[in-house]
Amino acid sequence: MKTNACVSSLAEVSLESAEWKLKFISAYFRRKDANAALLSNFEVFQLLTDLKQQRKESGKNKQSSGQQNLNTIMYETLKYISKTPCRYQSPETVRDFLIAMKGHKLTKAEKLQLLNHRPVTAVEIQLMVEESEERLTEEQIESLLQTVTSILPGDPEEQQRDSEMATEDKGDQA
Amino acid sequence: MFVLVEMTDTVRIPPWQFERKLNESIAEELNKKLANKVVYNVGLCICLYDITKLEDSYIFPGDGASHTKVHFRYVVFHPFLDEILIGQIKSCSQDGVHVSIGFFDDIVIPPESLQQPAKFDEAEQVWVWEYETEEGAHDLYMDIGEEIRFRVVDETFVDTSPTGPSSAEASTSSATEEVQKKEAPYTLVGSISEPGLGLLSWWTNS
Repeated sequence: MKTNACVSSLAEVSLESAEWKLKFISAYFRRKDANAALLSNFEVFQLLTDLKQQRKESGKNKQSSGQQNLNTIMYETLKYISKTPCRYQSPETVRDFLIAMKGHKLTKAEKLQLLNHRPVTAVEIQLMVEESEERLTEEQIESLLQTVTSILPGDPEEQQRDSEMATEDKGDQA
Repeated sequence: MFVLVEMTDTVRIPPWQFERKLNESIAEELNKKLANKVVYNVGLCICLYDITKLEDSYIFPGDGASHTKVHFRYVVFHPFLDEILIGQIKSCSQDGVHVSIGFFDDIVIPPESLQQPAKFDEAEQVWVWEYETEEGAHDLYMDIGEEIRFRVVDETFVDTSPTGPSSAEASTSSATEEVQKKEAPYTLVGSISEPGLGLLSWWTNS
């Protein structure tokens, strides 16, 4: 089962190539169309875990000579992606996130970075959103942070610690 | 970080694999050919996403294998310009800080793109950010293994396909010169000269 969220029309760019004819959007020539083919870390994570599952199930009698490259890259990429916030995400959270982001008027690339990194501070938002001082006021940045942290799940241990600290503060104030 | 690239290629399936399903053989061949390889001007190929179209298979005289033209989509690592990435410091040298993401190692942050002022500590071979506050200068070391957030500012593709046989003069040169300098086919240049970039520990407010 594949999520088709990333599919949309791709423009054609012809490149000189001995063997392959590539339909590829160069990020430097046509920036807008390049974003049509972007994949989020979550989608790649799902794809690789499914592939790993399939290969495990299909038996161990595959000759490993040619498969070594695929094994290496799959292992390393999964290792890296598993340390990012996408490991707590699901298709529903991604969908909810995109719906919630509609009101904030961000570009596709900016929304993708917010999805992949789950920023918790205003400084990170300023890095990912271009010209954020002109486009977003402080309240908007705050509300953006709120949306991101509430919809995208973070590290469950950290969230429990934060909620414990919050109840402690309330206890002190009472 | 990842993009989907549509490609077309002709895949050769040898006769002893004819009993397998064509889709599986083709998927395996494509992964064998492209996974963990850099394609010039495209990026580092990760794995096959799907096959969009299979054209008719042909058998050519003299070769028992079937040749099939395949249209497919491949997952490729190709960060866009100005993207923020998080990696680990692999090493430091005079040319700058070398960062790795596990599956991709050729990322360099040159000295001019570090948080200024920065100096290179020869004794420990690490770069240091001399952070100034009212109390005086703090030396923030960029140690190996630390997680670092950086912005991609440039990328370079080098065509490393083998060149033809060298001319007569070159072939008489000494053996050491014949060893070609190994150039990375795909390198990224990063920058951490903005607030929020650099070691993650510099910016956490806990």
